[in-house]
Amino acid sequence: MTTRTTAGPAIRVQGLEKSYKALKVLRGVDFEVARGSIFALLGSNGAGKTTAVKILSTLLKADAGTIAVNGFDVATQAADVRESISLTGQFAAVDEILTGRENLVLVARLRHRENPGRIADDLLARFSLNEAGTRRVSTYSGGMRRRLDIAMSLVGDPPVIFLDEPTTGLDPQGRIEVWQAVRELAAQGTTVLLTTQYLDEAEQLADRIAILHEGRIIVNGTLAELKQLLPPAEVEYVEKQPTLEDVFLALVGDKK
Amino acid sequence: MAKHFLGDTGVLLGRSLRHIARSPDTIITTAIMPIAMMLMFVYVFGGAIDTGSDSYVRYMLPGILLITVASGISYTAFRLFLDLKGGIFERFQSMPIARSSVLWAHVVTSLVANLISLVVVLLVALLMGFRTSAGVAGWLAVAGILFLFTLALTWLAVIPGLTAKSVDGAGAFSYPLIFLPFLSSAFVPTHTMPGPVRAFAEHQPVTSIVNTIRALFTQQPIGGDIWTALAWCVGLLVAAYVLATITYRRRIS
Repeated sequence: MTTRTTAGPAIRVQGLEKSYKALKVLRGVDFEVARGSIFALLGSNGAGKTTAVKILSTLLKADAGTIAVNGFDVATQAADVRESISLTGQFAAVDEILTGRENLVLVARLRHRENPGRIADDLLARFSLNEAGTRRVSTYSGGMRRRLDIAMSLVGDPPVIFLDEPTTGLDPQGRIEVWQAVRELAAQGTTVLLTTQYLDEAEQLADRIAILHEGRIIVNGTLAELKQLLPPAEVEYVEKQPTLEDVFLALVGDKK
Repeated sequence: MAKHFLGDTGVLLGRSLRHIARSPDTIITTAIMPIAMMLMFVYVFGGAIDTGSDSYVRYMLPGILLITVASGISYTAFRLFLDLKGGIFERFQSMPIARSSVLWAHVVTSLVANLISLVVVLLVALLMGFRTSAGVAGWLAVAGILFLFTLALTWLAVIPGLTAKSVDGAGAFSYPLIFLPFLSSAFVPTHTMPGPVRAFAEHQPVTSIVNTIRALFTQQPIGGDIWTALAWCVGLLVAAYVLATITYRRRIS
């Protein structure tokens, strides 16, 4: 790997603020993501998850706060940040007209890697897309498309990967495929920040979970820590273990 | 990242050209409308139009070529819009590439696609009896003017491509451009038009470009038209390029 890395957490966000005109989307967000861990940013629609990811991946500028990704400042060292990350956005960012293999070769070339063909073949094999590799992406299922999308993010082994709602719109089978892919990533030491509105997804994948609500992180901890936050009185009357969903709804005070 | 500009543009150009090769319908539809107009004007209206020229195909071909370009560049707006909509644009922007190469790849693609459409239209014109005495220099001059015109309109097309809210919006800006040759010397001599229309026709860019290409095809003296035509093309190119670049910067920051 050619990317320079520095010690410290993979992602450090301090006092991040962002407004769209009068609308304050992020009102002072702080969190850190340890290297090689999976961090889930959990929140309902419009909580600001995508805005946060766009700022971390240099697509948007923050109004205030200091943000470092892989030790590089997103405002002043954007090119270094881009060299260190990959973004898989909310909508599968794949080229429908190209084949799966051509998509991977395209990204490998744009990342200035040697041997783009071999990188593509390796990734196709890793994501069980061998046979589909020569077909146009427009013929892929939702799950295959997402898998290719994530495979494209792995070209060049960037140390930090952002997955913005990676399973939104997928059927259960597709979700399981994506989860498997994310677990494999973390197993090799890649840092993953994923956003999700599905509580079980965070529960399944993440080492740490932060809940973003009304522009602030209201809780940040491991699943076990989060579960302890549930008011005990409520715990006494439920038979099964509280799910993360209970925790989430209790914390944001939304009793729908 | 500037050191990667040429390489990145080349890679992205390869991608867009592959799109065109796999959906040749975009080139065919670009060429079909001007060809239909040419057939209609030559075989339906042409007999009733007195242009003082012995060959009506030769008279109106320059205008048809400009219409071909005007309809062809709407695909640039369309392709750019689809990239933005689909998320691949954001993927490119979050990668360590030369950022302007994303636009340049689309612009060069437009030049290639329009060149192919123009050749198709020219071949049909030849079948319909278009002949020219223009030599190599004349043809090069025609190609140069069409190149400038295409480049200018393509940069213009980048703006709606970056700002449109819908696919229809991305393509709609080209309608007035396609219509402009009708209010020019492209199909009928301007002296037959009533005063205000004539004044507009004689002072809009298409007339000077059409007159220049027509003079080159017939080896007539070009006069001042070529300078007016070049001034329009270069002026439009600079204005469109600056506006498109500002729009792009705003879009990616």
